[in-house]
Amino acid sequence: MESSGGAPPAEERRLLAASLTARYSDWVLEELDELPGSFLLTDPAMSGHPIVYASRGLASLTGYRPRDVLGRNARLFQGAATDRAAVAGVRDAVRCQRAHQVAILNYRRDGAPHWVLLHVAPVFHAHDGRVLHFLAVQVPIAAAPRRRAAPCRRPPVFAACREEARVEEELPCASHAGEAFVDIDKRGLETTRWLEAGEPRVASGCDKEKALSTANSIFSALNRYSKLTGLVVCGKRCDSAGIPALSSSLNLSLGRIKQSFVLTDRHLPDMPVVYASDAFLSLTGYSREEILGCNCRFLNGPGTSLEVLEEINRNICCEQACTVHLLNYRKDGLAFPDLLHVSPIRNASGKVAFHVWVHLDESIKHDFNGLSPEVWQLGAVGAVRVAVRSLSASGSLLRPSQ
Amino acid sequence: MEMKLTIKRVPTIVSNYQEEAAAERPRGGCGKNCLGDCCLPVSELPVYAFKANPTKLPASQEHAVPSNVFIDLLLGQWEDRMTQGLFRYDVTACETKVIPGNLGFVAQLNEGRHLKKRPTEFRVDRVLQPFDAAKFNFTKVGQEEVLFQFENGGGDDSYFLKSAPTTVADRAPNVVAINVSPIEYGHVLLIPRVLDRLPQRIDQESLLLALHMAAEAASPYFRLGYNSLGAFATINHLHFQAYYLTVPFPVEKAATQRIPLADDGMKSGVKVSKLMNYPVRGLVFEGGNTLNDLADVVSGACIWLQENNVPYNVLISDCGRKVFLFPQCYAEKQALGEVSQELLDTQVNPAVWEISGHIVLKRRDDYEEASEASAWRLLAEVSLSESRFEEVKAYIFDAAGLVQSLAEEETGEADDAIYTPVTVAPQAVTEGCLVLQ
Repeated sequence: MESSGGAPPAEERRLLAASLTARYSDWVLEELDELPGSFLLTDPAMSGHPIVYASRGLASLTGYRPRDVLGRNARLFQGAATDRAAVAGVRDAVRCQRAHQVAILNYRRDGAPHWVLLHVAPVFHAHDGRVLHFLAVQVPIAAAPRRRAAPCRRPPVFAACREEARVEEELPCASHAGEAFVDIDKRGLETTRWLEAGEPRVASGCDKEKALSTANSIFSALNRYSKLTGLVVCGKRCDSAGIPALSSSLNLSLGRIKQSFVLTDRHLPDMPVVYASDAFLSLTGYSREEILGCNCRFLNGPGTSLEVLEEINRNICCEQACTVHLLNYRKDGLAFPDLLHVSPIRNASGKVAFHVWVHLDESIKHDFNGLSPEVWQLGAVGAVRVAVRSLSASGSLLRPSQ
Repeated sequence: MEMKLTIKRVPTIVSNYQEEAAAERPRGGCGKNCLGDCCLPVSELPVYAFKANPTKLPASQEHAVPSNVFIDLLLGQWEDRMTQGLFRYDVTACETKVIPGNLGFVAQLNEGRHLKKRPTEFRVDRVLQPFDAAKFNFTKVGQEEVLFQFENGGGDDSYFLKSAPTTVADRAPNVVAINVSPIEYGHVLLIPRVLDRLPQRIDQESLLLALHMAAEAASPYFRLGYNSLGAFATINHLHFQAYYLTVPFPVEKAATQRIPLADDGMKSGVKVSKLMNYPVRGLVFEGGNTLNDLADVVSGACIWLQENNVPYNVLISDCGRKVFLFPQCYAEKQALGEVSQELLDTQVNPAVWEISGHIVLKRRDDYEEASEASAWRLLAEVSLSESRFEEVKAYIFDAAGLVQSLAEEETGEADDAIYTPVTVAPQAVTEGCLVLQ
């Protein structure tokens, strides 16, 4: 199945490409090619959990051209000195379908080892929560100032991918997600390789942010283009598992607020939606189940201004409110001009716990009983503040865990 | 007249224009868009026109929809002023909690609300004082602090106009302005007929206006309050306060005992009760065939109190259908040196919100250690004594045209020991119990 280095035959190439284009349209490839950084997309549903996309940046980091890796399992980057525990961590994240970051020793095409921060994250089908792809971002970790640089001349190691080790990891189900895309080269385990790996490196905060930001741009691209095919993907499994359940009193209080808004949890990774108002559901066409747990980017699509998204992020980071005009998409793929107000919401300890995102379709003539759209939106913000603050004060913000 | 009683306290800054309160601002088109004669008559402000005759509200307000136009307008405009940075602090960044206990006192830690000013001397022995144009008053407030005018629309439905000349009303407009030192989110001031420069003094008309505002909000969590001079009002310019807090206030949960009325008092439909088992003695007026009936009775009571120099606080609750009236004597005790240093050190001024059970504390230690017992201790100092309260109650009844039906009065006989926290203050644990452990 996996050929060593040679490009896959035409039929296989077609299948690999279709894994992406069938879900995100033909244009997604161009968009991905434009993104900076070294990253891969893999398809867990295909036999061998192969790489279906490799970025241009991968070649400069690893020496592998896209055609060298397409169709192969991502474990090809690992080698003798790759830490087993790190590999097990990645495998576990893949199996549990969750995001994971780890510093890991990889090998270049020429056999030279190099430390990268590997960021792995599942891409979910927004509708049924299936994992469609995994993305894997590699960020090189610079050497900390050291006593001496490790010697780096090595003969090329081509056959770094091994199949024999993955058998016991296979899941009994039809999915191939259980095939971790990293594994260890069991052959040629020489002590010299341990030496050349140098000291384990630790990724800096900057590396981690870089990995996350690359992953976010990939998500954003996939999300935008997935709408062209009528399917929507997101970076968060779209069921309410894993997100804290709001108390019934908070749900009740929020339920009385008529405006179209969602509440995102500031403290969970990727700030997932924890509440969506009825008006928001009718505005966008999604069901509550589809979006709880998702990051708000599921609304974005082609033409959504990255600059404006960046502006929102900046304001979120400095705990400021902002009002923006943005092109967003309904579930049916129709775009709408969105007057969006985002504001931090504090709990009773005065700490930012949520963000409220109030959406308004500007293409529709609204009647808010004489109120301006801005005041109408801000009214929702105020009502959310009061509800969260009051219920948080009486200790009934979240449903008590069983 | 006896000696002049004063207390020193840090005045609350309710407007950003208060600091420059001296009359240095030029009159006549002052250019600052204020609420004075110079600017207001030629200005346009949003208008909320309320229903002339609010119909009977649904029996249970628990499931009422607070997301009505009034609340949207109030909260939306308030949030807008927050984004403009008009407030002295972000009140939602102040810690708050419900204190465990039967009544559920609400405590807030607000370290910044009063710090920035030196204490000023306040006369506390005169509930009615003439309006003094030289002192800070709401005509000096900038229009950006105003949220909207609040006028009687005269019809069966309320409505909102984004902008209307203030001269549309036949007389000086009633305005709703922010309090730049908010006690809670949405804290506003209702200033009846601002240009008429009325002193802090309740009459039937102003109380009715306040009841209308509560009725328009139609939420049990939106309440109005009033402090008379001598009961911790700091500005002698007629105003009510209001804010939105979606927890029940302790006073709203306290038990009450109905005072039976003779037939004459029943015509208005207003029922009168006495608060039971609450640290501050007070009367509860509720119902009434119309808001007007309730305003008649309560304003009658207030007028007697202010004319007889009894400081008092008023809480308008339950969408304008219920009014709590608390005659109080804390400031007098404070002026006479009868309040313990421990309580004075907390710097809590027991005005209407504190009396109702929402207590803003200025020191972290007080906040951390706040308990139902400590709140009770503070508020108990505010209350009139039982005998004085009964005396005042009799006068109030007389003034408000209420006649207590003597026949059924015996039901209230076991009152003596009622004003103590019941399960609240932990009884001193006996030695025996400790040993058992």
